[in-house]
Amino acid sequence: MNIAEWLEAAKADAEARGLPELIPMLDGLAQATERLRKADWNDNAEQDPFDSIESEGGLDLSQGKPSQ
Amino acid sequence: MKTITETAPGIASGKIKSEQLTEDCLARIAELNPTLNAFITVTADEALQQARHADQEIAAGRRIGPLHGIPLSLKDLIDQKGVPTTAGSLVRKDHVAGCDAVVTRRLREAGAVFVGKTNLHEFAFGTTSEDSGFGPVRNPHDPSRSPGGSSGGSAVAVATGMSLGTIGTDTGGSIRIPAAACGIVGLKAEWGHISAAGVVPLSRQLDHVGPLAASVADAWLLYNALHKPSEQVGDALDAAPLDGLRFGRFSGYLSDRLDADVEHRVRETIALLQQRGATVVDVALPHAEDMAAIYLHLVFGDAAEYHARTLVSRPQDYTTPVRLRLEMARYVLAEDYIRALRGKALIANEVDRALDGVDALVLPSLAIPAPPLGAATMPVKGGPEAVRSLMLRCTQPFNLSGHPAISLPCGRTPAGLPIGLQLVGHKGRTPALVQAALAAELAIAETS
Repeated sequence: MNIAEWLEAAKADAEARGLPELIPMLDGLAQATERLRKADWNDNAEQDPFDSIESEGGLDLSQGKPSQ
Repeated sequence: MKTITETAPGIASGKIKSEQLTEDCLARIAELNPTLNAFITVTADEALQQARHADQEIAAGRRIGPLHGIPLSLKDLIDQKGVPTTAGSLVRKDHVAGCDAVVTRRLREAGAVFVGKTNLHEFAFGTTSEDSGFGPVRNPHDPSRSPGGSSGGSAVAVATGMSLGTIGTDTGGSIRIPAAACGIVGLKAEWGHISAAGVVPLSRQLDHVGPLAASVADAWLLYNALHKPSEQVGDALDAAPLDGLRFGRFSGYLSDRLDADVEHRVRETIALLQQRGATVVDVALPHAEDMAAIYLHLVFGDAAEYHARTLVSRPQDYTTPVRLRLEMARYVLAEDYIRALRGKALIANEVDRALDGVDALVLPSLAIPAPPLGAATMPVKGGPEAVRSLMLRCTQPFNLSGHPAISLPCGRTPAGLPIGLQLVGHKGRTPALVQAALAAELAIAETS
């Protein structure tokens, strides 16, 4: 779904749910989403989202696991 | 401000009684809370009972350690057995914790006295502490201003002597922001190093639990006590020699939209560190300008999931601003959430690279002084900017990356509002970060 289609659907849904105050706020979210989608790390979606980041060895996803 | 480090020896020797210290804190709460609204629940009777018990134990030679008999507070999204955990929301006003959070249990085992639960931005979903189901928290330096947030009540409690230390949480800066705005120290641990069990989440992948305190030494003391005994390093650390420390300083996104007084004072402090022998080099975060979008999509996705049921069943019990932002959060698409996860991993890697060859990164904790309550924008270099964006700008990178970070006071604006300096350390090397912060604190104190 492109951002224009998403924004139109979201605004219609907010209106239908009785939340018209959300409509201008959704414009702000759309801008942030546009920025996110244009980011260069999205250029190669074939790569593993985490291994592609690290030059060596991949990220250790266990690091920082909450302890009890 | 009275520090734990200075008070503890008096308690150990019997010259200071925990009961008197606790009564003093309760008196400060009674005096100031009607104006500042820092506490949601005050547990006076339980605190005095704990304090008397601590005095008896210490007199009998059974002192546990430096937190024994010390009055502390907890941000009211941290469970304390038998006490409500409201998370600053009427959605949870009837909730009573069935058991202690892990951090509460550790402090209790260290002999701490709990004077109450502190006010916060509702569900920690904001940076000003003004949207709380229990009313806004006010800054003790200027009650017309925000104390920062979301751990606003916690910071106010320490800054005013309502408690000698406190525990808060930090998802995008919620320990460091109020610490900077109120002129105290806030330590965001490395992600996952302090248990978040028994803490109401905002975003489990970004939430960090940690102390706010009157000094770096106190922050370390509390941080150390929050660990399992087998993982504790020691109650005190020595300051690192500044001569030999290397700091990384950012240009660009993390320094180009600052209040003029904040920019001036932080530059002066960095120059002071250099004068004392530290080396300062320029470092970069190439994707810094993408951080706000990454952060937004992750927090929104996580918060929408947590609040999905109560947004339907109890919408009227949320404050309107928080409810609307949570409703907006429900529109984040899964594909964008995954893009943000990829960005988060990238930022973590870039922070590691920025730390290559330096001991810590140095930057402001908060781009602006405490904003007026209700302000939508604040003036900064380059023109007015949204308060929310400015509040998070300097802190959220290190929630995305998970690196340990500490805010300490480095001066005041001409109007008397505190300014915070932030140091960010290597993963797995929090003691070294705190030692650098001790050195910076000492240098700042010597020139004040």
